[in-house]
Amino acid sequence: MQTLAELVWLVPLFPLLGFVALLTTGRRLGEPLAGWLATAAMAASFVASVVVFVGLIGLDESERIVEVGLFDWVVAGDFNVGFGLLADPLSVTMILFITGIATLIHLYSIAYMHGDPNFSKFFVYLNLFAFSMLMLVLGDNLLLTFLGWEGVGACSYFLISFWFTEEANASAGKKAFVTNRVGDFGFMLATFLAFFTFGSIEYGDMFSGEIAAGTATAIALLVFVGACGKSAQFPLYLWLPDAMAGPTPVSALIHAATMVTSGVYLLARINPILAAAHDWAPSLIAWVGLFTALFAATIAVAQDDIKKVLAYSTVSQLGFMIVAVGSGVYVAALFHMVTHAFFKALLFLGSGSVIHGMNNDQNMKRYGGLAKFMPVTAMTFIVGWLAIAGIPPFSGFWSKDEIVVATWANDDIFANKVLFVLLLVAALLTAFYMTRLVVLTFFGKPRWRDEVTGEAWVSSDEPLEPRHPHESPWMMTLPLVVLAGLAAVAGFINLPFSKDLKFFEHWLEPSLLGNEFHGSTSGGTKWILAIVATLCALVGIVAAVVTYLGRRGSDTVTAPEPPAIVADGWGYDRAVSAFMGGPGRAGFALLSKFDGSVVDGAVNKIGAAVRWDGQFLRRLQNGLVRSYAVFIALGAIALMIWFGVQA
Amino acid sequence: MELTSTWYLVLAAILFAIGAVGLLVRRNPLVMFMCVELMLNAVNLTFVAFGAELNDLGGEISVFFVLVVAAAEVVVGLAIIVAIMRRRTGVNADDISVLRG
Repeated sequence: MQTLAELVWLVPLFPLLGFVALLTTGRRLGEPLAGWLATAAMAASFVASVVVFVGLIGLDESERIVEVGLFDWVVAGDFNVGFGLLADPLSVTMILFITGIATLIHLYSIAYMHGDPNFSKFFVYLNLFAFSMLMLVLGDNLLLTFLGWEGVGACSYFLISFWFTEEANASAGKKAFVTNRVGDFGFMLATFLAFFTFGSIEYGDMFSGEIAAGTATAIALLVFVGACGKSAQFPLYLWLPDAMAGPTPVSALIHAATMVTSGVYLLARINPILAAAHDWAPSLIAWVGLFTALFAATIAVAQDDIKKVLAYSTVSQLGFMIVAVGSGVYVAALFHMVTHAFFKALLFLGSGSVIHGMNNDQNMKRYGGLAKFMPVTAMTFIVGWLAIAGIPPFSGFWSKDEIVVATWANDDIFANKVLFVLLLVAALLTAFYMTRLVVLTFFGKPRWRDEVTGEAWVSSDEPLEPRHPHESPWMMTLPLVVLAGLAAVAGFINLPFSKDLKFFEHWLEPSLLGNEFHGSTSGGTKWILAIVATLCALVGIVAAVVTYLGRRGSDTVTAPEPPAIVADGWGYDRAVSAFMGGPGRAGFALLSKFDGSVVDGAVNKIGAAVRWDGQFLRRLQNGLVRSYAVFIALGAIALMIWFGVQA
Repeated sequence: MELTSTWYLVLAAILFAIGAVGLLVRRNPLVMFMCVELMLNAVNLTFVAFGAELNDLGGEISVFFVLVVAAAEVVVGLAIIVAIMRRRTGVNADDISVLRG
């Protein structure tokens, strides 16, 4: 063995073993042993990731792309796909935060899923998810990535509809699955096109091969369609808000920290193809990202469900990452992905803690004043809030600032200055809706009634719900504290002040093959941009505090209502449903009819024709040996005549 | 008159023709079997004749193969005929046509 990095196969192995063990013995292990086993598998995987990281660090920079072929997987003629893992800075970054956060969330789930009749099944899915996700990022070819891609999709479906006895949860799972199929279709076409172009779907071959700009554009955009599905970009983001029907740890792990970032990961992985594409393709990607970021942020402002706010926020933040990819700053995209994974997982787990304490009520209108009752949750949540809002020195500020600076600097992007301004507006809205969430949840007067004493702090027309909020057990608060620590300091892995402080950028260089965009923005401009971005965040925060906390004096639960259309997601979801239910359904019926009468019809008609022929031919098979002998004799004579003619 | 291989070949052709005609016109499976054997041995005769003529051992070797196959075939065929004889009285190839399509 040359390097510790070759142990990379251990990383997905542990969750796989955990999955198999739990699948076979999970029910017998029961609660909480099944959960601990799953957590131990993830922790082992995390340790393996750290070992791989150490191994990779020990290598020379130019050698930091380690391919570990395990076995031949699909071999058919010229088509040969190996089952190989790729350990390079990009994938190792991914596995480090995936396994780290997954371990914490597994631990959290032990407490969160306490008492659930399907306790062990939950961890079966969770470990399978972790395995699939690791295969997605570690695969050294498009097909293996696709295996992980579909695996996480399936696990996402299982876990969204985990409490499937309720119709809404089951249909949310289906919605996620069906919407993702659209994206998967793009991914598949991209794979076919890549094979057609390079004769191989291994990343190494793809990046060293020659490619025309037109083909590169097509592959990049098809992958982007896939990314739109998985990473919830407009117009395919619809499934993510509904995915909140799943248990909260699932929302934190799959629908905030890991799976939804796989689209961004894939775009970063194929950076040489994006670089070879026509100029308009990155512009398109950046603008779609921006539109999503802005669009989702406006919707998040008007949600009352705490998890819905976070879901739209995730869509919006993913939009930021896509903007970064489009602008050619992959480092910033991955940087934001990492910091976002920390603070958004933290926020989701925090919201889970709150929901846990409030008898599974998710409506923020019935929260308020919880900081006093859940101090650890509140403190950690506030760290996450400051991080996502972009207040220095918390992590979100640094990563978001990188993206903002890049949009300012990259003039190759269509109307980049407009994009820059709109991105700041999205950042402002982010600060606004997150502040609204924090204020409505943790501050102000409680808008519920104490279960024990019956005490009420506000008067309301509607009867107040009796609640007894309490801090969650250590298994839930420990992950919160760890994630809060990470969310606070993760920004320091890539400080913009000097080249030497950009550890993260330097680390990722081998994976980006020189395709990273380096702006020529001067230090002074960067300072101004950073101050402007911080001011935007502050304006958002102050505006939300004034709007939602300014009424501390009043005793009512009312707060200004945003227009109904915003809360409704601009009616987009409804419009899609209406279209699919109306003209769409008619179209599908037509297609189905075409399939039944033409496609199936052709097959059936051919079968009928063969049967009809058979009716005649069967007469020859009369069962008389001597007649067969006659045919043989005639055949022999015919052959002899033919030979005679030939000669 | 010298005995050239032409004689052998002519004899083989006659034997083969007898066998072939017999196979087509007779109805008794046992006789049909004998006709098949006749045809096989006619072919064997040509093999040997050519083997001697061309001074090639391949001809003689082929005969051994044919003999082995013929023996095996006779075993199966006779077994079938015996089985049929047990079920019905008298054997007529034209009566055995249950496998018609």
